[in-house]
Amino acid sequence: MGNKQTIFTAQQLDAYQDCTFFTRKEILRLFHRYRDLAPHLVPLSYKDNPDVTIPYELIGSMPELKDNPFRQRIAEVFSEDNEGNMTLDDFLDMFSVLSEMAPRDLKACYAFKIYDFNNDNFICKSDLEKTLLKLTRNELTPEEVNLVCEKVLDESDLDNDGKLSLEDFQHMIIQAPDFLSTFHIRI
Amino acid sequence: MVNTNKTKKNNREDLEKIGIQIDADETTDTAEEEDDDNEEEDIKQPAKIRKKQNNRKSSKPSDEDEDNSDEDTKLKARNNRRRLPVQNGIRKNKNDKDDESDEEKSTDTAKNSRTKARNKDNGKGEESDDNSELEGENKKTRKNPVHNNNRNNRNNANKRQKDEDNKKVKQANSRGNRKGEKDNGKDKKKKGKSSSSSSSSSDSEDTLSEGELAKVLEEVEEKKMLIAAIRTKAWRMKRKLTTLKESQEFVEKFEGALGKGKGRKFYAYKVMMMKKWIKFKRDFENFKTSCIPWEMKIKEIESHFGSSVASYFIFLRWLYGINLVLFSLTFGLVVIPEVLMGLPYGSIPRKTVPRKEQPTAMDFSVLWEFGGYIKYSALFYGYYNNERMIGVFKYRLPLSYFMVGVGSFGYSLMVVIRTMARNARENGIDGDDGDFNFSWKMFTSWDYLIGNPETADNKFASITTSFKESIVDEEESQKDENIHLRRFLIVLANFLIFCCLAGSGYLIFYVVKKSQTYSTLEELTWYQKNEIDIVMALLGMFVPPLFETIAGLENYHPRIALKWQLWRMFALFLGNLYTFLLALIDQVNAQLAEEESIKNKTLAMVNSFNFTNSTSESIPAIDPADFPRGPCWETGVGLEFTKLTVSDILVTYGSILVGDFLRALFVRFINYCWCWDLEYGFPSYTEFDISGNVLGLIFNQGMIWMGTFYSPGLIGINILRLLTSMYFQCWAVMCCNVPQSRVFKASGSNNFYMSLLLLILFLSLLPVIYTIMTFTPSFDCGPFSLAIYYLNATSKTYETANLELKRKMQMLRDEQKNRRNNKYTVNPMLQDLEDLLPNNANVNKPESNQIVIGKQPNEATRANGKHGKEMTLAPPPPRMVVTKPPNPRQVSHIPGQPRSGTPGSGPRRPSPGQSRH
Repeated sequence: MGNKQTIFTAQQLDAYQDCTFFTRKEILRLFHRYRDLAPHLVPLSYKDNPDVTIPYELIGSMPELKDNPFRQRIAEVFSEDNEGNMTLDDFLDMFSVLSEMAPRDLKACYAFKIYDFNNDNFICKSDLEKTLLKLTRNELTPEEVNLVCEKVLDESDLDNDGKLSLEDFQHMIIQAPDFLSTFHIRI
Repeated sequence: MVNTNKTKKNNREDLEKIGIQIDADETTDTAEEEDDDNEEEDIKQPAKIRKKQNNRKSSKPSDEDEDNSDEDTKLKARNNRRRLPVQNGIRKNKNDKDDESDEEKSTDTAKNSRTKARNKDNGKGEESDDNSELEGENKKTRKNPVHNNNRNNRNNANKRQKDEDNKKVKQANSRGNRKGEKDNGKDKKKKGKSSSSSSSSSDSEDTLSEGELAKVLEEVEEKKMLIAAIRTKAWRMKRKLTTLKESQEFVEKFEGALGKGKGRKFYAYKVMMMKKWIKFKRDFENFKTSCIPWEMKIKEIESHFGSSVASYFIFLRWLYGINLVLFSLTFGLVVIPEVLMGLPYGSIPRKTVPRKEQPTAMDFSVLWEFGGYIKYSALFYGYYNNERMIGVFKYRLPLSYFMVGVGSFGYSLMVVIRTMARNARENGIDGDDGDFNFSWKMFTSWDYLIGNPETADNKFASITTSFKESIVDEEESQKDENIHLRRFLIVLANFLIFCCLAGSGYLIFYVVKKSQTYSTLEELTWYQKNEIDIVMALLGMFVPPLFETIAGLENYHPRIALKWQLWRMFALFLGNLYTFLLALIDQVNAQLAEEESIKNKTLAMVNSFNFTNSTSESIPAIDPADFPRGPCWETGVGLEFTKLTVSDILVTYGSILVGDFLRALFVRFINYCWCWDLEYGFPSYTEFDISGNVLGLIFNQGMIWMGTFYSPGLIGINILRLLTSMYFQCWAVMCCNVPQSRVFKASGSNNFYMSLLLLILFLSLLPVIYTIMTFTPSFDCGPFSLAIYYLNATSKTYETANLELKRKMQMLRDEQKNRRNNKYTVNPMLQDLEDLLPNNANVNKPESNQIVIGKQPNEATRANGKHGKEMTLAPPPPRMVVTKPPNPRQVSHIPGQPRSGTPGSGPRRPSPGQSRH
């Protein structure tokens, strides 16, 4: 390899390639994207694993995320402190899961976490309502919201416990024709 | 330094876990143990028990009761403390594997029950052994379940905390004074092996070590699998990284240690090569992805317009890839060899512009229509020579031409089907729409790709609308509606659409027919020349909106309506295409008829040349430009396809330029001085019409597939088209289109596009096969010209020659019979002599023709065949002895091959019979 890069060691790059769905070039590109968010915070070399986190405000302002109604949830789910402040590892993790190559099961697992607003490992009715309000920007009447949430539970809740478990969610999402193409951020 | 220590420890942990005992000195262990925290207290127990269990298990085959020798137990006791980190490691691994806390609980409880069982076992097995040790052990094990439970609770409470603890422990361990002890993992392993084998009976040694090996191997495989699948684990990156590192180190250490003797070296080599191979593959992957063109362009579009518009560009890129392969096939194996090694331009008639066309051959208007020099170039079928092999390499061009034609179809078919299969696999089962209507809307309607505020607004709006629609649908499904009216409307709509389709088909047929009458005219107006293209373009432009209007009657769900719309447009395009093809076939038939007459003319001309310049071997000294030639229908077909493709390109680009760009300019700048809001009012900006564009692309591809066989250059034009349209449309879509208000789902339709493409592939294969099978190739152009023409011609010649011969023979026999009847007693010798004399004197008039031919040494096959046959079947040779020196018997001679030995004998032969008269 003739092109020299001083950001990572070769081992680090290999390890990242093993742990994500990215190629070497993409990892470097992602690093630069990450660094561009806060040039003063992120050092130019990751060889000695610096402990750097970028606050959510900066992550959420990325063009890839800033129009996404679920951006805060995404950042929270993928960040280590669950508050949206991300290290480079979290950052890579996030875009790896949201990349084209990630398998359906992995995506489904994280999608579940994203839509599970209160982190109780179930998507309950309040989570559904929040999702719907974010999707429609509060343009539905409460009756409509209620109807839709009930319909969703009616369709997908297989064990009739009034909330969606991960299994229910996966079963439903596996068959969805658009899930893979929409749960996907190209970077 | 820290790393290496850690890994060594890991290795040992793993080793121990699989039942290899490590012979180590206690002192270091105990010293190190002191600074470990509380938690290890309760981990200690399972470690020991597991250890015992392992021993028991491994030596089970030998004896049930005697397996735990004194030595063994002591060793174990000694190692107890030291084995603690081992268990830590296991614990950690377990943590890794059991992500969900409840899962972990279940495994722990399972372990508890196992431990209990083991306790019983221990009790039975070791009763006869040292009591004190046993007691101590049992006490500890009895305590165990409680501890386990405690730990469970703690685990549930703070699993992450524990993870960290583990790590700390590990670091502490590695920091400790163990360094010297575990300098070499492999050595240790060997030592461990020897110690364990010494402790057990010699009988069980083999099974044990083999079991070990199998276990190590299993472990290694497991780790490898883990490494391969680590990216699909839903873990934090930190954990992934550490697990990865551990597994990699483990695999590295023990992979080479597997196998024995020579096999071991080989195994190590194999492993090394494997690693290299994996590295190479990764590099290659990196290289490959960096080679994918337009990635950033498409990404930009994706973020502006969502995944649906981008899907069109991805499809375009994919088609470009296929076409690139087809292009390299065609150009590399057909066009370039012909240009480099074939006869140069102007050498033979098919490679020369006819005299009549020469003055205008370089005019732009002619070249624009692919006439003149382009028509007689390697871009079209007619240029290719039928010489079986060309150049110094003896390149078989006609064969290659044919194989490339077959190969193009085969390759396209394979690629399309493979892509479809992959798409189907990725998209999984397309569930029924109704099952999870609301759930899907809720969880998959947001397109995470969207990174543009305007698109996002549109998306929000469309999601809201679709929810409202669904709610209304839901409410309406409860009510009854007028089913009869709806059915009537559907039937009516379909009827109208059918009428449109039939009408457009007829229109094209009519136009093509009409254009054939033009060909007799000398002067053509521009409109007359391009009538077909114009009509087809207009139909393509105005009928789809008409369909959409009519489809409004049906009142289908938008998604279903869209599918219907696509199918109808497909039918329209297909109908147009096939009408065009039918008309083309008519034209070909006409040309074939014309060709027949020209062929006869040419044949006569060739013959006359042969008669006149009997000595010259080569083609007569006539300019190839003046040579009469057939219309070469293959080139005609290729021309039609090429023209159609080019006009299609122009119409597409023109409509983008006018319909999108000018409209956008108008809306943008006239908006300042207009009485209503143009941007949000009536004209507005255009949306990107995905379905129309995709269908256009698909049909274009179908045309390419059809036309390539008759015009190898067409694929080059298509490459240019795709390339330019990639840039042009990218620009156009970013500059003058607005995101769609109606959401068109991309993913579900990917395979829909593909199936359309597959259908088109088959449909374009049909006419090509049909024309190849039914029409005879032109006699004077293309790689298959004379090959087949020659066969046809010779077979016909043989037929006529045979008939003639038969007639003559019959005549001859009759005459001989007559003669024998009349002069039965006459000496044959005398009679022959008698015959000879008048023969020279009076040659019959009807024979003169034959004599003329007979004088030709390079005679055409007909005469030769006759002579040959006659020679072999003619009456006995004595007569020949008299007339001329003896000839070799030419029984084996194949008629049709030129031969010059017997020019004079032929015409003479029949004379005896004739002289009788």
